[in-house]
Order: sequence, then structure tokens, then C-alpha cells
Amino acid sequence: MNSFSRIKVIAKRELLEYYVSPIAYIFLITFLMLNGFFTFMVGAFFERGEASLQPFFQWHPWLYLFLVPAIGMHIWAEERRSGTIEFLFTLPVTRTQTVIGKFLASWLFLAFALFLTFPIVITVGYLGEPDYGIIFSGYLGSLLMMGAFLSITVMTSAMTKNQVVSFIISVVVCLFLILAGWPPVTRMVIDWAPNWLVDSVVAFSVMPHFEAMQRGVVDSRDLLYYVSVIVFCLFSTSVILKSK
Amino acid sequence: MIRVENLHKWYGSIQAVDDVSFSVDKGEVLGFIGPNGAGKSTTMRMITGFIAPSRGKVLIDGIDMAENPIAAKSKIGYLPENAPSYSSMTTFTFLKFAAEMRGFSGKERDKKVDEIVETCFLEPVLYQSVETLSKGYTHRVCFAQSIIHDPEILILDEPTDGLDPNQKYEVRTLIKNMGEKKAIILSTHILEEVDAVCSRLMTIDRGKIVADGTPDSFRKRSETAGTVLLTINGESSNSILENLEKLNDVEKTFVVSEEDSDISVRIYPKNKADSDKFSSDIFNLVKEEKMNLVGLQIEKGRLEDVFRSITLEDREEVKA
Repeated sequence: MNSFSRIKVIAKRELLEYYVSPIAYIFLITFLMLNGFFTFMVGAFFERGEASLQPFFQWHPWLYLFLVPAIGMHIWAEERRSGTIEFLFTLPVTRTQTVIGKFLASWLFLAFALFLTFPIVITVGYLGEPDYGIIFSGYLGSLLMMGAFLSITVMTSAMTKNQVVSFIISVVVCLFLILAGWPPVTRMVIDWAPNWLVDSVVAFSVMPHFEAMQRGVVDSRDLLYYVSVIVFCLFSTSVILKSK
Repeated sequence: MIRVENLHKWYGSIQAVDDVSFSVDKGEVLGFIGPNGAGKSTTMRMITGFIAPSRGKVLIDGIDMAENPIAAKSKIGYLPENAPSYSSMTTFTFLKFAAEMRGFSGKERDKKVDEIVETCFLEPVLYQSVETLSKGYTHRVCFAQSIIHDPEILILDEPTDGLDPNQKYEVRTLIKNMGEKKAIILSTHILEEVDAVCSRLMTIDRGKIVADGTPDSFRKRSETAGTVLLTINGESSNSILENLEKLNDVEKTFVVSEEDSDISVRIYPKNKADSDKFSSDIFNLVKEEKMNLVGLQIEKGRLEDVFRSITLEDREEVKA
């Protein structure tokens, strides 16, 4: 049995857990309703008279700030609380394989939730003539941000048996990633901190990378940012699990 | 099959396991007994690769657990303490997952699951989610998972915990049968269980092995082992004791109970080795003196006594 098929079996089980769990359905409904509310009511989708999904995507960082930790907080905390982690880690599988398998399953579930927003693409295509390239890169950016937030949640989840603690810590970390590049925050530091410090704090932010993709720019540096956040967090998860 | 060399485990400054070494061969069923918190579970967790030892080595069929965990773990079946399993899965999907993780797929996987469902009597709860099962069933589901791949090595942490007497009997029979072809380590608090399934016993106390041997050799260490319990009807206790003094081999005697006119006397021999001759001497004496014999019993020794004396005696040494 190679490592790929082990990851697949782990991921399959995790997905099955979403399939039978009421939380998954509640999540999907909440996710779609909040998306609709922010896009149409707060984002004034129709009043803008533009064939663009900007009012749809712009809320995603704030939605994901709470929804992604909510879906990822159980991943390791629950294994540890119920003791199934002892069963899992005595199976012939490495920690890294289980970490990757579980992460991919949850990411796939989040991707499915995002996929269910497709009616909005149909709507905007029916009403006007949008640039489908920009829509595609917008979705890609949104999916990658989900992945980055999820990997952070997976990491905090490995630290504790308590799902709520895991949720709170991951929300705080994700909030930092959102706000680090936000002008009101950078303005606060810019006056007293040296430039290199401001720059490196800003470099942590998810927003510039997210916004570039909303404009239809898919830069390798943005992709690298997401990939490195995910890889770093999953690697840390593996280390944390090993030390516990 | 299982070799453990100088295993140590520290949790901070607390030493949970202290220099444990032993090996278990195919066909052996080794029972770990010891007080709560003695380090039984910690030792098992190190053998199964769940936690890494602070120092020492675990060899599974010659494979070092630290160097090649995947190969080593694939030879082991493990039932953790409290039998954890994914509560939202059904028995069927959980066992299917376990089979897949053990490298079975397609028809072979389905066959393995079918077999194990039959062996562990899980048919009635096959499509029920694990969280709705009784403790006995939950336990058996996890037990089933541990033997689904027919492992050469089986590690069972309290395999009959929470089962009713019938289920206990079934599980013990199962372990005993498997014990002929596998190397098995199990831990338990129940001493009768040790008798029922184990071919070898090991007592662990505060992280150390304090005794190791067959159940019979353990029993012989008991203070009462080799003594004879004689019950006579219709005689005064004094006359019985006087008569017994005629025997050369008697070390000491004392009256255990006096109920109605039945008097029980425990007789300690000077030489514990030949209890058969000792008891027949007593029997002959009883016949000669025409006493009314109700019972004559050679005491094999009780594991409880030995267990208590080993673990408590050890405490006193430390105090002193």
C-alpha cells in the first residue's frame, strides 16, 4: 500500500464523517445564506449595475474568518478527546499522511460549499457579460484562502483537546492575517516602527494576495504565499502531534 | 516476536516506565497485571508505536519500531484502553475503514469484514452507528478492528473491560484460541482472567517489572500454597490438633473456622515441594484415628494473595 492510497483512505473516512454529520449540512446552509445576504443586501449586487462578482468575493475573508475555523476545529481536537487518535496512530500510516489526508478532505468539503455558489455565476452571466477569467481567478483566490485558514485551524486543533479553544485561537490568527495588511492597521504602526518591520508584518497578510486575484491577476508569488502558509501549518501540525 | 529492550518513559520528572525489558514469542499469551498507574498502558503504547520511548528499543519481529514504524505497525493489532472508535460511523463503515487501512481493498476487504463480523458476533449492530451501541458492543467493534488483518502480534489493553460474563467468556475463548498462533500481550485487573487465558504473567509496579513467570509459579509464591485444608466433623478442635502433631512434616496448624460441628484446620507443611505425600499422610492419619472426614483440600495458592504481597511488599521496601 503506497502513501497516496493511505492518504486517500484517511480522506475518504473524513469525508464520510461530513456526509453523516448534521453539522456539515448546517454549515452548507449557513454558508450559502450568509453569502447571499452579504452579496445582495450588504454588497448591493444589483444596484451596482456591474457584471462582476466583486460584491460576492469581497466578503469572503470575513466569512471565512469564522466559518473555516468552525469546520476545522474538530479535526484533531475531537480525535484527541475521544481517544481515537491512539487507534489512528497505531495503524500503519505516518503522521504526515494522516495530517494531509484529513486536511484535504476538509478542504474538499469547503470547496464543495464554494462550488454550491455557482448560481451567482449563472446570474451574472445572464444579466450581463462578465469576464469569466476574473471570476475564475476570484474563485481560485477564495479557495486558496479557505485552504490557508483551514491549515491554521488544523494546526490549532492539534494543540488542544478542546474544540472551542481551537476555534478561538484560529480565529485570532486568521484575523491577524486579514488585518496585517489593512491600511488602518498599517497606519497605526507605520509612524513608529522601522520600515522592515512594517513590510514584514504586511507580508504576512492574506489580503493583498486575495485582492490581486479578485482583479484577475494570478501571480506565482500569490500562489507561493498560500502554498507556503499551508505547508508550514501542516508541517507544524505534524510536529505538534508528534510531541504530544 | 516482540522484544523490548531497556524501555524508559518519563513524563516531565515523573518516570512512568523504568527499564523494562522482556520478549514474547509466538504461542505465548503474556498477561500484564499491576495496580492502576503502574505503567502497563504506557508500556503497551510504546510497543504499539503510539508514543516514543524516552530511551530503549522496541523490536517487532526484528523490525525496530523507531526506524520502520509502518512495517512494524502493520504486524500489530491493538485494542487501546477504553476501546475508542469513531462514534458517528456505523460498525460496518468503521470496520471497512480499518480493513482499508490495513491494505485490503475490493472483494478481499469485504471478505475480511464479513469474517470479522461473524467472529465477533457483530451482525445485529452492523448498520448502527457506534455511538448508539452498548459498551459491550463498542468494545467488541474495537476488538474486531484489532484482529481484522489477522496480525501476528496482538496487544490488548483490558480486553474484557465492561463486558458481561458471557461476553467475557467469549472474548477469553477467542484470545486463548488465537494465542496458539500469535504472540499476545494483554493487560487486566481481573486475576481470574489471567488464569483463563495467559500462559505467562508479568507484574508491573511503578514502572518496573517486579515478577515474571507462569501463573502456576506465581501461585506457588503464595503463603498458603502447598498447605492442606482439613475439615472434620464431630471432634473437638483440640483433639484434632493433638492428632496432627503426630505427623513429622507439620510446620504449624491453625483453626480456620468452626461452623456447627464442622471444624476446618489449615496445615502448613515443612517442605512445600511434596504436597501430594503430605496430604496422603494426613489422610492416613485421619483414617487411623477414625475421624469423620468432611473435606481435604490441597491449596494451590491464590493469585490475589501473591499480587497483594508483591505489590505491597515492594511499597514497604521503599518506605524502609
